[in-house]
Amino acid sequence: MAINVLKPGLSTTVQDLGRPGYYHIGIPTSGGMDTLSLAAANLLVGNDAGAAVLEAVFMGPELEFTQDAMVAVTGADLPPKVDGQEQPCWTAFKVKKGQVLSFGFLKKGARGYIAVSGGIDVPVVLGSRSTYTLGALGGFEGRKLAAGDVLPVGKGAFVAEGRSVAEALRRAPGAPAELRMLPGLYWHRITEQAGKTFFEDTWKVAPEADRIGYRFKAGRPLDFVPRTPPFGAGSDPSNIVDACYPYGSVQVPSGTEPIVLHRDAVSGGGYMMIGTVVSADMDLIGQLQPHTPTKFVKVTMEQALTARADRRKTLEAIAKALA
Amino acid sequence: MTTRYTFGGDEHIFVECSEEMSLEAFFTGMSITTALRNAKIKGVTEICPANASFQVRFNPDIIAPDEMMRQLKALEAAAQSAPSTLNTRIIEVPVYYNDPWTHETGQRFRERHQDPTSTDIEYTARINNLDGIDGFIKAHSGAPWFVSMVGFVAGLPFLYQMVDRDRQIQSPKYLRPRTDTPRLTVGHGGCFACIYSVRGAGGYQMFGITPMPIYDPNQTTSYLRDFMCLFKPGDIVKWKPIGREEYDHTVAEVDAGRWQPRIAPVTFSLEEFAKDIDGTNARVMEALNGH
Repeated sequence: MAINVLKPGLSTTVQDLGRPGYYHIGIPTSGGMDTLSLAAANLLVGNDAGAAVLEAVFMGPELEFTQDAMVAVTGADLPPKVDGQEQPCWTAFKVKKGQVLSFGFLKKGARGYIAVSGGIDVPVVLGSRSTYTLGALGGFEGRKLAAGDVLPVGKGAFVAEGRSVAEALRRAPGAPAELRMLPGLYWHRITEQAGKTFFEDTWKVAPEADRIGYRFKAGRPLDFVPRTPPFGAGSDPSNIVDACYPYGSVQVPSGTEPIVLHRDAVSGGGYMMIGTVVSADMDLIGQLQPHTPTKFVKVTMEQALTARADRRKTLEAIAKALA
Repeated sequence: MTTRYTFGGDEHIFVECSEEMSLEAFFTGMSITTALRNAKIKGVTEICPANASFQVRFNPDIIAPDEMMRQLKALEAAAQSAPSTLNTRIIEVPVYYNDPWTHETGQRFRERHQDPTSTDIEYTARINNLDGIDGFIKAHSGAPWFVSMVGFVAGLPFLYQMVDRDRQIQSPKYLRPRTDTPRLTVGHGGCFACIYSVRGAGGYQMFGITPMPIYDPNQTTSYLRDFMCLFKPGDIVKWKPIGREEYDHTVAEVDAGRWQPRIAPVTFSLEEFAKDIDGTNARVMEALNGH
């Protein structure tokens, strides 16, 4: 079974739950930015939660199927069509041999997850099928899809058509989007006043927002506590001796535009970070469009762990409903 | 030197061994991360040594953040009593200094540089009081460098020269980052050297280029078949200045699958180094001659 890529969309990549274990040599985890939606799409079509799917950004691809398959599209509200006939999101539907899966205009969110029964069967590299484009690693030839690509698909299990994820179990960012953040790392480098305005201000997603990281603008610049630059750090007050960057960490070069690192993170660098977006809210970032108003919400470790448990319960509820 | 522990969200602990760069800070990080790796604590998913800090990623569903923090601090105490000795390897890296490709790239982004009328290598030689390009090459390749961190992008080593602080080469990053850097450029920013593992954006000064691939996701390069990245933190590097002829020859040999880097095992002791820097470096570099 294979899928012929007629049109690739804007930036469509093969992703699964990622490739942990190689961050110490600069290879990030990669994987779907919204892994909850990725897992849901897989469960809808009878795959393991971590099978490889297509992650489509802003615009869907056009795909020709060479055999019958079950398909589900989750995440962004990116309406799928089978031979031009619109299908519901978050619901399993059938695509027959020779039919073409295409997409209408994006209505909400940023990334659609397209799961096919059997999963996208590209080679496993360092334990994962995810694409890391910066390192030309994994996925389909280490890059985003192009017209003419032929995607191998694994053998699927039989599931019924029309299965769907209840609306209450679909997670999407609010308006404004709220990202919970645990202050820490180099928080002490900014003034008390800057620490207040950072959480007070409504930021906006900048056009520079991709799998490496999301940049935010429109908030007040942050002032720094004066210091003598440490040897090897660099002269800007936001510089540190190059260090590791946690996933979700919020760096603020020169105190102006915060950048939240995501699944294809650069693993380290010389900018101080003021905290980290909690693991439970990483999925939400993947669904933010440019210009989306966003607030950072200060939380404690206890709240971060509660949020994490809530997310896990949501995934368990989806899995139970589709078992 | 005070070690500072902080949580990076609910999945990371970030440990700053020192605010400023030093070999001691790097060694503290190496010894704690080595002890952590050996401890095989359940729930630890990533252990990442950096220059003067390190980071641990863990699964809080398996080990609670406070418990992870407690175990890490206990390891620091144990690591402090361990001797600062590292069994590692030295790798010779050929460099074509002042090459035409990084020169051309430097010219394309000249308006982003501190000194648009000179080249990166001339500028860095001048601000470090070195005697022109030749003086720079002598200082840069005369003493070995520690790989103090691997990262930013896949397989990219950061290197710290094993000399007194007053002999460290220092240079600022470009005023605004370039959008292009040739693959395998030997660069420099602050007190760190690096080798760009892939082509791409960059802000470090560009001094030369190596013919030796250090990252190969397809693993067709003869010496990268076992693993796609050459470097790991703790490796020692000796730069070997080469000219155009040797550069071209090495590229051809690499392409033909015949080339092997010169690598030798070596033991490094921080105490020995503190007592006699040049003597230790001479011994470390000598190890290459047997290989």
